[in-house]
Amino acid sequence: MTAYLIRRLVQAVLILLGVSLITFFLLYALPADPVRQIAGRSATAETVENIRRQLGLDQPFVVQYWRYLTGLVQGDLGRSYLQKTDVSTLIAARLPATLLLMAGAIFCELMLGLTMGIIAALRRGTTTDNALMITSFIGVSAPQFVVGLLLLYVFAVKLGWFPIGGYGTFAHMVLPSITLGILGSGWYSRMMRSSMIDVLRQDYIRTARAKGLSRRRILLRHALPNAILPIVAMIGIDIGIFMGGIVVVESVFGWPGIGQLAWQAIQRVDIPIIMGVTLVSACAIVLGNLLADVVTPFIDPRIRVR
Amino acid sequence: MKRLLTSTALLAALALPATAQEYTADPNAKAGGGIVVTYKDDVATLDPAIGYDWQNWSMIKSLFDGLMDYVPGTTELRPGLAESYEISDDGMTFTFKLRSGVTFHNGREMTADDVKYSLDRVTNPVTQSPGAGFFGSIAGYDAMSDGSATSLSGVEVVDPMTVKITLSRPDATFLHVMALNFASVVPKEAVEAAGDDFGKQPVGTGAFKLAEWTLGQRLVFEKNADYWRDGVPYLDTVTFEVGQEPIVALLRLQNGEVDVPGDGIPPAKFVEVMSDPEQAARVVEGGQLHTGYITINVNTPPLDNVNVRKAINMAINKDRITQIINGRAVPATQPLPPSMPGYTEGYAGYPFDPDGAKALLAEAGLADGFETELYVMNTDPNPRIAQAIQQDLSNIGIKASIQSLAQANVIEAGGTGTAQMIWSGGMAWIADFPDPSNFYGPILGCDGTVEGGWNWSKYCNEALDAMAVEADSITDPAMAGDRMAKWSDVYMGVMADAPWVPVFNEQRYTMKSARMGGADALYVDPVSIPVNYDYVYVTE
Repeated sequence: MTAYLIRRLVQAVLILLGVSLITFFLLYALPADPVRQIAGRSATAETVENIRRQLGLDQPFVVQYWRYLTGLVQGDLGRSYLQKTDVSTLIAARLPATLLLMAGAIFCELMLGLTMGIIAALRRGTTTDNALMITSFIGVSAPQFVVGLLLLYVFAVKLGWFPIGGYGTFAHMVLPSITLGILGSGWYSRMMRSSMIDVLRQDYIRTARAKGLSRRRILLRHALPNAILPIVAMIGIDIGIFMGGIVVVESVFGWPGIGQLAWQAIQRVDIPIIMGVTLVSACAIVLGNLLADVVTPFIDPRIRVR
Repeated sequence: MKRLLTSTALLAALALPATAQEYTADPNAKAGGGIVVTYKDDVATLDPAIGYDWQNWSMIKSLFDGLMDYVPGTTELRPGLAESYEISDDGMTFTFKLRSGVTFHNGREMTADDVKYSLDRVTNPVTQSPGAGFFGSIAGYDAMSDGSATSLSGVEVVDPMTVKITLSRPDATFLHVMALNFASVVPKEAVEAAGDDFGKQPVGTGAFKLAEWTLGQRLVFEKNADYWRDGVPYLDTVTFEVGQEPIVALLRLQNGEVDVPGDGIPPAKFVEVMSDPEQAARVVEGGQLHTGYITINVNTPPLDNVNVRKAINMAINKDRITQIINGRAVPATQPLPPSMPGYTEGYAGYPFDPDGAKALLAEAGLADGFETELYVMNTDPNPRIAQAIQQDLSNIGIKASIQSLAQANVIEAGGTGTAQMIWSGGMAWIADFPDPSNFYGPILGCDGTVEGGWNWSKYCNEALDAMAVEADSITDPAMAGDRMAKWSDVYMGVMADAPWVPVFNEQRYTMKSARMGGADALYVDPVSIPVNYDYVYVTE
């Protein structure tokens, strides 16, 4: 187990290194000059060159990347070009909001997805099943900004049940969590359905039924724990999918997380922020996958890590 | 009326102390209360030497003061931290007498040393101020700029309440420069204590002080009870909530949660808002010093032919483009907006005449037209405007393909000169101060043609450059009329060479909540966008 963990951690570092190199290169090659964004439209040529020199942007790619890496290993993500603040400060200020939103979204997708999947599996082949599967299909396909605006319009503006965007209370969290969770709930309901159908066919379920256990007990004690296994592994991978979704959802709901930060930075070519958020997201994805792999053997003893 | 503004400002400079142009307080104004302003983007910085976007510009204005200021809601200069000023006969020396008893938010009294420190700071390359170039006419600027000096030789502290600024060349716009945020007076000890973070911990002399800044969420400005101008500000607090999409901000305003949506009315909602009388009544319309234009790269054939550029000018249906943006603009005839001094009255510009345009193309040997590229920023309504331009051009046989890109990429394509034509929407020039010179140098003058410069037409007419320098050397207030005439000639010269198609001058629309009070002019203040926080108030 320890050897496995060490191997995975080394892999993780290599992945992050790769991500940083590729992102840094893409931003370097971008046909947009960050110095122009900083200097503004009235700057003289000297001001522009002076800023370029002070930021080290006149250096060749290798030198710039090396400087970034040396800063990175010391925990320095650099300073935002436009906000003139340490990127780590900006990300740290916004990370709690993003984590909170993710937790809310995971809760929503599990609640919605598992419930739908279980019901569909139990009612296999019926109209209920079909209706649920169509719903999940819509959930997977619907663009998040449309879902977000729709929910906002109906439940916040028209019905006034929730605040119109913002951050702070539990009520603020509901709509963005649902919006972000709907996509995953679609996947989960389908996975849960097939996994559940599969389990219900197993011999041990027939045995349980034969020895006269109640339907409820069969479902909760024997079927569900086994059917849910593949889903657990998915949650780690989900974090990666969320990282894409938060950019949209946070913008729509005015949620002060890192997705919103990234979106603003991309528009203004604020490279240190883009790099920082990319690396933090990559970290989250790598850790999420690692966590899923490490946790699975504990839940399912049949799986062993080597 | 605005035509006279600069000249009146300069005339007023002769009168000492200048009190004639003071603002008359609103008799209905009530002190107290707070407002909520929303923005989509984070506030970048509140350091007056650095902040240079339309979002933080007005915020910095309320936190800091400079020697000069504008009468609220107008483009008329008035003294700020300077109580009075004197200009030498040759227009090369400005002596400012400071107001006594003005304190910074940290309680210390502001003196002439602070003025000198602030100007040294903004021109020091280490500060990386985007506005350093505005101070180019102060003696010793070049030595600051190349790093051989750390202090401007032209700024002299005569006594604790007097500063003398000597110029190296006549500059008719100097008082406007001293009213820019970049010239704000900052306390040395606070700047040094904050280090790189002064932009997050601003300390000024302004009507408000920063009380709270929660990154990514909100900023709260709190009334400066010791503000040196009597009676203002009226509001106790101004809360800026960031991260709010304009469309969400509008919904919240309709719900009574927001007082001013800082990013304005979203284009998609404009018609809906304006057709509802109750909402339309809360929208204030005003002019702004803005021109939207198409740049035509004069270095790339066949656009290097002036007749081709004229043909393009005649092909564009400006009225239709104005309709595309729901009439939120007036068609433009020339680079300067109508409210700018130096605007040429009675000049009708190139007529909309596709047949005439075709004839000009034929004359240039391009009867069959040609292919070109039109760059445009990818946010609504700009791609729609580009499509209208594309259609107009195709009517005279020019096939333009549209390159719809992010702002930074369009600016890059313009700066390097790879773009043949650019629609300026979303990046268009808005004047830093109400003077015609501000519309020339960087965007039409030879200096702006350098790699990365903002003169995207790469248009350089040295005769006009010389005329511009001549115009700005006229510092005698009595000759202000001549100066404006000269500027008018410069822009007519530009039109003859047709490096631009001036398309429209955008109007400004500010929406406010029902409880907000104050003259309409404060809501379309040409200097403070969206509103002048120091002078607006709430009625409940």
